[in-house]
Amino acid sequence: MPKGSVLVVGGGIAGVQSALDLANSGFLVHLVEKTTAIGGKMSQLDKTFPTNDCSACILSPKLVECGRHFNINLLTLSDLVSLKGEPGSFTAVVRQRPRYIDPDKCIACGLCAEKCPKKVDDEYNLGISKRKAAFLSFPQAVPLKYAIDPDHCIWLKKPGKCGACVKVCPADAINFDDTEKEHILEVGSVVLALGFSPYDPSSLDFTGYGRLPNVVTAMEFERYLSPSGPCMGHMERPSDGKEPSRVAWLQCVGSRDINRSCHPYCSSVCCMFAIKQTVIAKEHAHGDFSSSIFFMDMRTHGKGFEDYYNRARKEGVNFHRARVHSVLQGKEEGDLRLRYVNEQGEICFEEFDMVVLSTGLEVNKQTVELAKMLELELDDDNFVKTDVFHPVSTSRPGIFVCGAAAEPKDIPQSVMEASAAAMEAGRILAPARWQETTVKDYPLERDVHAEAPRIGVFVCHCGTNISSVVDVDSVMEYAKTLPDVVFAQTNLFTCSQDTINQMVNIIKEQGLNRVVVASCSPRTHEPLFQETLRDAGLNKFLFEMANIRDQDSWVHRDEPEAATIKAKDLMRMAVARVRGENALPYNTVKVVKSALVIGGGIGGMTAALSFAGQDFPVTLIEQTDRLGGNANKLYRTWQADEVQPYLAETIKKINAHPQIDVRMNCQVSDVGGSVGHFTTQFSDGHSLIHGVAVMAVGGEAYKPEGEWNYLYGKNPNVHTLLEVDQMLIDGQTDFKQTGQAVFIHCVGSRIPERPWCSRVCCTHAIDSAVKLKDLNPEMDIFMLYRDIRTYGRRERIYQEARAKGIIFVRYDLDHLPSVNEANGKIIIQTHDPIVDSDITLHPDLLVLATAIQPRQESGNLSKFFKCAIDAHGFLLEAHMKLRPVDFATDGVYLAGLCHYPKPMEETIAQAKAAAARATIVLSQDEVPAESITAQVFDAKCTGCGVCVTICAYSAISMDEDKNVAMVNTDLCKGCGACVAGCRSDAMTLMNVGNEQLMAAVEAAFI
Amino acid sequence: MTNQTSWEPKIIAFLCTWCSYAGADLAGVSRFQYPPNIRIVKVPCSGRVSANMILSALKSGADGVLISGCHPGDCHYISGNYFARRRFGLFSNLLDFVGIEPGRVNFSWISASEGEQFAEVVKTVTERVKKLGPATRLVKKQSVQVDRL
Repeated sequence: MPKGSVLVVGGGIAGVQSALDLANSGFLVHLVEKTTAIGGKMSQLDKTFPTNDCSACILSPKLVECGRHFNINLLTLSDLVSLKGEPGSFTAVVRQRPRYIDPDKCIACGLCAEKCPKKVDDEYNLGISKRKAAFLSFPQAVPLKYAIDPDHCIWLKKPGKCGACVKVCPADAINFDDTEKEHILEVGSVVLALGFSPYDPSSLDFTGYGRLPNVVTAMEFERYLSPSGPCMGHMERPSDGKEPSRVAWLQCVGSRDINRSCHPYCSSVCCMFAIKQTVIAKEHAHGDFSSSIFFMDMRTHGKGFEDYYNRARKEGVNFHRARVHSVLQGKEEGDLRLRYVNEQGEICFEEFDMVVLSTGLEVNKQTVELAKMLELELDDDNFVKTDVFHPVSTSRPGIFVCGAAAEPKDIPQSVMEASAAAMEAGRILAPARWQETTVKDYPLERDVHAEAPRIGVFVCHCGTNISSVVDVDSVMEYAKTLPDVVFAQTNLFTCSQDTINQMVNIIKEQGLNRVVVASCSPRTHEPLFQETLRDAGLNKFLFEMANIRDQDSWVHRDEPEAATIKAKDLMRMAVARVRGENALPYNTVKVVKSALVIGGGIGGMTAALSFAGQDFPVTLIEQTDRLGGNANKLYRTWQADEVQPYLAETIKKINAHPQIDVRMNCQVSDVGGSVGHFTTQFSDGHSLIHGVAVMAVGGEAYKPEGEWNYLYGKNPNVHTLLEVDQMLIDGQTDFKQTGQAVFIHCVGSRIPERPWCSRVCCTHAIDSAVKLKDLNPEMDIFMLYRDIRTYGRRERIYQEARAKGIIFVRYDLDHLPSVNEANGKIIIQTHDPIVDSDITLHPDLLVLATAIQPRQESGNLSKFFKCAIDAHGFLLEAHMKLRPVDFATDGVYLAGLCHYPKPMEETIAQAKAAAARATIVLSQDEVPAESITAQVFDAKCTGCGVCVTICAYSAISMDEDKNVAMVNTDLCKGCGACVAGCRSDAMTLMNVGNEQLMAAVEAAFI
Repeated sequence: MTNQTSWEPKIIAFLCTWCSYAGADLAGVSRFQYPPNIRIVKVPCSGRVSANMILSALKSGADGVLISGCHPGDCHYISGNYFARRRFGLFSNLLDFVGIEPGRVNFSWISASEGEQFAEVVKTVTERVKKLGPATRLVKKQSVQVDRL
C-alpha cells in the first residue's frame, strides 16, 4: 500500500489549490512554504484581470480554508532539504527555521511590531515601505502569526540589548530560544508549486530603474495601487508623493529579449497585467489621467482578454507599437522623458509623470537549486521541464509540477495545473485514500428555535474597496440601533483568519443566534462565513449577507452619500431577513461513484483515463464514430512531438481499460438529478446513473466566409492550417514545387463577429511554416499577421522562424490583405508598415490560420446540466480566475476547446484538473444536498395539484388519502416555483418564504 | 426624501441567484456605474417571485419593481423563468386594472455574463420610474407620511 500523504512545496495560489484538492479528496497534505505565510505573488496583487476582482478578496477564502483544514499540515519558514525513495513511498526532510514567536500563543495583536524599534525594508511591499523586525507580512496572512526576522532583530544579534517585544507581548509568545526543527515526512508523492521571481531590471540602464525614482516595476506599481500597500491605495509617485496623471508602461522588460536579459521567452501575462493597471490606475486617479503602453505585440490571448483590450482602447488608453530607446530625466523635477521611434519611423519624445516597467517572470533561484537536489531536468530557460503530453509531470516519477515554475503563466492556468498535479499525485496513491486523514468534528449545534433573536452584524471595510466610498462606521453604528441587533463591529477584512476566529468567539460570548455580514457577494464568501457559524456551534443557515461592495461601493463610486444610505438599507434588509430564518437540516445525497465524460477528443479521453486510473468506473460518450476529435487533424505540437502516435496510444488505452465504457455515435438526450446522483438519458436509448460529469465537447474550426474567404474552396492552392497538417500527416507532399507560401493569421478571429483571439493559431502557423521551410529550404515564406502571440516558451519557435528567413508582415483591420487570382495564380496585395508601401505576393500556397469557435452542441448540453455559456458561446466556468474547470452547478466540470481555444498541453492539463475536482465528489460517500426545500402546510392545501404540474423535478406528489400535496425533499431543488404558483398560500420555501422575503422588502422602506 | 425637489425613487429588484444576481456582481467587478436607487433582494429563481410579492413591495412604498431572471431557456431550474414570464404577462393586466402605470413594474432577462447590460437596465428602469414620480396608488396611507429616506 502506498503512503496516503502528499508533500506540496510552495504556498502560492498553485500550491494552495493543489493542497486543497488533495486534502479534500482524502490525502494528508504537508504544505511547505519558505516565507512566514502562504499566499505567494497573488496576495501582492491589487486587482486581477480580466474581471478586475480584488485579488486578496478572492484569494483569502482559499488561504483561510487551507490554514484551518484538518488534513493540511502547514509548515511555514520551511525548506525541503532532501527527498529519498520512489513513487508511493518517499522520505522527505523538511527544515523549519525558527519563528521566535510561538504560533500557539500569538494572538496577532501586533504590539510586538508596534514597539519593535528596528525598521527594515518590507519585502512584501518590495522595499517601498518599512516594516519592523517583528512583523506580519500582510493583513490577511495565513497563519495570522507574527514572526521575528533574525537578520535584523537587535536581541538576536546582541542578546540583552533590546527585548521590547518581550515586555509588551500580552500572550508571552516571544521565544528567543526558538530553534531550527527538522521534520521527517513519509509521503507518497510530491507536488512542486515553486512559483517565479519578477525580473530585476536594475541592469537595464536604458530604463533608468534604480536611477530615476519614478521608474517602478509592475509589481511595485501594484503595491502602490493596493489598499494594503504603502500608500493605502492612493496612487502616489515615489519622488514627491504627487498623484501621477501621465503614466507609461514599457512592455517586455526582461522578456523576448536575447541581447540584454537572456530571456528569449515571452512572459505571457504582462500585456494583460499592464492593460489592467491602466484601467485600475484610472479608477484611482482624481483628475485627468492618460496612460500609454509601449509594446511590440499585444498578447491578449486568454479568455475575455481581447474584450478587455478592446475596452481599454475604447476608453482612450494609448497603445504605441514601439520599443522605448531610453527613459531620461524630464523637464520638470521628477518627470520622465521617453525617447522612441514611432511606427512612421520618426524619433519621438514624450513626457510622463511615472514609468512602469512590465517586468517579466523568471525562474526562482531556489527552483534551480531544488531541481538539482531532486535531480529534475530543466529546460533551456531553467524552468522545470515537462512535455506537451504530460504537462504536469517532471522527469522524475512521483514528482509533479504546476504553475509558473514550469513556464510563465497566468493565475487560471496555474490553478488548472495545480488541480491537474493534484490528480496525478493522488492517482498513484488512490488505494491509500482516507488512510492518513482525520475527520473534522463540528461542535454540537445550539438549539436556538426558542430563543429571541440575537443578531450580530459585521461590516467590512474590504481594505478600502468599501470604505473608500461607504461610511462603514456609520453603517455599523446604525446597525446597533436596529431591533434584535445585540452586537455590531467593523473589520478591515472580514474574511481574514483573525476576524474569522474572532467571529467564532464573538458568536459564543455574545450568545448570537443570527449573523449578518455586510461585505462582498454571497456568491464568493457565503460558504466561508457559514463554516464559521458551524465552528461556533450555530446552524449555518442562520446567516445572511448584505452585498455592499459588488452591488454598492463599486457601482456608486461618485456618490458616497447615496451609497452609504444604500448600504444601511441593504444591511437593514439582511437583518430583517435573517430575523425570520430558522435552523435547517443538513441534507445529503449518497454519491454514485462513477463518472460520465462527454466528448471523445483528447480532453475527454484524458479525463476518462484519470478517473479510471483511480479505479472509478467511467462512461465516455462520443457523438461521432471516431475517438480523437480535433486531434485527428493535428500533425505535431510546437515542441515537434507528432500527435498521431500519441493519439493512437491513448485510444488503445481507452479501449483496453476495464473501467471505461465507450459509447460511440451517442449524445445526451436528457439529464436529471444533481451532484452525487445524476440520471442521464442517451440518444441510443440507454441511461446512466453517475455522480459527476465532465464536459469536453471541443470546438470547431471556422470555415472562411465572406470577407475572410480569401479564395478558400475556390482556388485549389488555398488551404487551412488543419488541411496543411493533413498533408504533413499523409506525408505524400514534399512541397519541393512550392516556391512561395503565404500564411494569413487571424482569419475570422479578433473581429467584431468573433472578438476573441484563438490562442493557438500563431504558434500553429509558425510551426507549420518552419516545417515547410525544413522540407524545402528554398521556399520563400511570408506570414501576414496582426500581433504575433507565441506566448510563453512558444516565443522560441517565432525566433527560430525568423532566423530561418521566414518574413513577417503586419496588417491591421483597416488594411486587410486582398487576395485575387489570375489564371489560377494567387495574387496577394498587402501593406507593409515597415517599408510603408504596398507589396504584391504570388504564392503557390496560401494557408489560412482560421479561428476556433464553440460548437452548437455545447449550448444544448449546457441546458441539460444547467450550466452557463458566455456571450460568445463558450461554456462559462464558475469563476474565471480561481475556478477555471468548475461550473457554478456542482458536480459538473469542463475541459478543452469548449471552454476556450487552447493548445493540447492546456487541454490535457484542464482535463486532468476537471477529473481532480470531480474526484473530490467521488471520493466522498455522501455530499451535501439542497437544504432549502419546499414545505406544505396541510391545513391550507386545497389539493388542487397546481404545484405538482409546476415542479420541474417531479418532487411533489399528491397524498391521495389526505388530498394534500407532499414534497419529496430528496428531489426538491429549492427553486420556489411551487410557492409562487400556489393559489392558497399553502406552500413555502424554508428560509426563503414570504415571511423572510417580505420582511426584507418592508425593511427597505423603514 | 419627502422634499419634492430632491425626490429619488426607491426600486426593489428581485434577482435570481444564478443569472441576474451574478450579472449584478459582474457589473460591480467591472465597475459599471449605475444609479443608487435599487435595493436588491436575492431569490433562488425568477419563478419564486409571486404577484403577491410585487404587490407587497408597492404597498410597502416601492416606487418601482424590477424582476430579473435567466434568459428564456437558460433557467438553472429548467423552467422557472417560463413560469415567471407567463405569470407576469397575466399580472401586467391586473396591474393596469388597479391603476399601476406601465413602467413601474419591469421585467428583464440578464445572464451572469451581462454586467454591462445589468447596469443599463438599472439606468433605464430608474429613469422610467423617475419620470412617473412617486408611487402612491397602493401605498398604505400612513407610510406616505414617514420619511422614506
